[in-house]
Amino acid sequence: MMTKSIASFLLGTALAVTATGAAFAQDKTVKIGALSDQSGLYADLGGPGSTLAAQMAIEDSGLAAKGWKIDIISGDHQNKPDIGTAIARQWFDVDKVDVIVDVPNSGVALAVNNVVKEKNGVYINSGAATSDLTNAQCSPNTVHWTYDTYMLAHTTGQALVKAGGDTWFFLTADYAFGAALERDTTAVVTANGGKVVGGVKHPLNTPDFSSFLLQAQASKAKIIGLANAGGDTTNTIKQAAEFGIVKGGQKLAALLLFLTDVKAIGLETAQGLNFTETFYWDMNDQTRAFSKRFAEKMKNNAPPTMVQAGVYAGVRHYFKALEALGGNPHDGAKVVEKMKSMPTEDDLFGKGEIQPNGRTIHNAYLFEVKKPSESEGPWDFYKLVGTVPGDQAFTPLSESKCALLKK
Amino acid sequence: MQALYAQLLVGLINGSFYALLSLGLAVIFGMLNIINFAHGALYMMGAFVAYFLLNIGGINYWWALLLAPIIVGIFGMILERTMLQWLTGLDHLYGLLLTFGIALIVQGVFQNYFGSSGMPYAIPDQLKGGMNLGFMFLPIYRGWVVIFSLIVCVATWFLIEKTRLGAYLRAATENPTLVRAFGVNVPRMITLTYGLGVGLAALAGVLSAPINQVRPLMGADLIIVVFAVVVIGGMGSIMGSIITGFALGVIEGMTKYFYPEASNTVVFVLMVLVLLVKPTGLTGRAA
Repeated sequence: MMTKSIASFLLGTALAVTATGAAFAQDKTVKIGALSDQSGLYADLGGPGSTLAAQMAIEDSGLAAKGWKIDIISGDHQNKPDIGTAIARQWFDVDKVDVIVDVPNSGVALAVNNVVKEKNGVYINSGAATSDLTNAQCSPNTVHWTYDTYMLAHTTGQALVKAGGDTWFFLTADYAFGAALERDTTAVVTANGGKVVGGVKHPLNTPDFSSFLLQAQASKAKIIGLANAGGDTTNTIKQAAEFGIVKGGQKLAALLLFLTDVKAIGLETAQGLNFTETFYWDMNDQTRAFSKRFAEKMKNNAPPTMVQAGVYAGVRHYFKALEALGGNPHDGAKVVEKMKSMPTEDDLFGKGEIQPNGRTIHNAYLFEVKKPSESEGPWDFYKLVGTVPGDQAFTPLSESKCALLKK
Repeated sequence: MQALYAQLLVGLINGSFYALLSLGLAVIFGMLNIINFAHGALYMMGAFVAYFLLNIGGINYWWALLLAPIIVGIFGMILERTMLQWLTGLDHLYGLLLTFGIALIVQGVFQNYFGSSGMPYAIPDQLKGGMNLGFMFLPIYRGWVVIFSLIVCVATWFLIEKTRLGAYLRAATENPTLVRAFGVNVPRMITLTYGLGVGLAALAGVLSAPINQVRPLMGADLIIVVFAVVVIGGMGSIMGSIITGFALGVIEGMTKYFYPEASNTVVFVLMVLVLLVKPTGLTGRAA
């Protein structure tokens, strides 16, 4: 360890000397901070896997060979906004971090959003759902990859209303994310002639949902909308099966469901659920190749979730912007502006763009969970049902309340 | 009104878990004077052992109900022999810190290997399905949990309060030297008691495996509430912990109906109130 750090110090000094000789002005150091829930209910969908995704993005970018020095550190926000902002501040002030990635949990994500703006860093969010990040609370320093509540509402939500599910009852996680998802879905339901007949807000990380499920059952709503995520969603779906909710004729709308959630519920119970994601490991040769490399490095050999894939794609695009700038200006707003000016393209999400409000636009896919008999491998879970083009899935700029758009 | 019955019943189901866990804590505290913070981790281990038995050994739920408490109980006894016994006579705080540390280590190890979202464990075929009670649809498995835990709670109470073995146990906590003079092997009895308390936690873990996910933090989420239950019921009181367990389950269930946002905190509000009015807990005796 000791010899290794001495060696890298010497190497670093040598490189620095050469660098000074060659191009004085161009700073080619980058520090990435992967901020996530490392041990709680969202750790499997982001967490250590997101850090790994960022590391793979560094390796795949090939920037090290071009003389760049890229470091990565990770932090655990424990789903607490105060902890998340404290880490972010320390990273900017002490550790000189340039970019914060991932940050699931909308409550934490919005709090960190303000810190990044204040410190003029770069914020590539993949884990959080709230559409406010690129809407009312948009920032010149923020890019929101992968998904958001508007997209979830306008894909899964809309499909269900159009299929006849015109009365809804919400089970909502009682914080920023649940509120945003319920708000965006309610808008879709009412716009399509449906009605929300009731709802209940449950605390984050609730082990037992039976009381809430009984209320949903009593409401007689055709659709029970789950405006929650991670462990909360898996527990709801599992316990709904126990209480015979689906057999009783009501349908569950898993508005946000991740690969790791399906694994946790098990196909036996999860089969037939409809939901939306923007990435699935088994889409095409490129996603399969990436996922294979990723899974080999993961502890439990899990393929990436869409959040982890979003971290990878976001970091790759960030590097492209840095390369185009010829060096790291350590000026977040400037880098993000460059990111927005370049079309996005990567193996995982395909072609896309970043809108002026920071929203990344790419396809969204409607999936259905396979029957146990249809599944051919330990992570073979999804059947593709439909594709929604990015411009129809995400908030149209005309509806966005982002202040950056009023110029 | 119908909805209210349903919520009462659901509360009773959650109460069963509180009762089983707080009972184990009460047994351990009453007999060993140890505040066992590792209880949640041991409960989680019970669920995991059931999962391993099924998925590796092909051993079904019913055997797991018997085997998991024994296996985890033995693990508990090893803990007691190798670590906890050296704390006899020291302040409660030492035991609390040691068991808390053990809990963190055990959870950390499981989390390292199994992540945080956990694994599914199916309800055994014999208990699948449900009954329509008129006011609600009762999953048969949940009914089973209530009845089974009631039987276990009463049996444990009977063992400790009404049998000769229980009498030895209680005597040994009051005056170990005297009991030893009668030829009773007190250290071994204490180890077995810790094993019993741990076994109860593991049993609760097996019972909860089909309802919740089998996941590393399942105990950590529950243990704080269970400690509040124990404090409300009175530390070390066997019957007190059983009754408060069920009662608080019901109160929490009611809160989920009337004001769901507060359902995670209502137990602690009650704890504060009880501590203000009667610091020894509802059924506790002054030390």
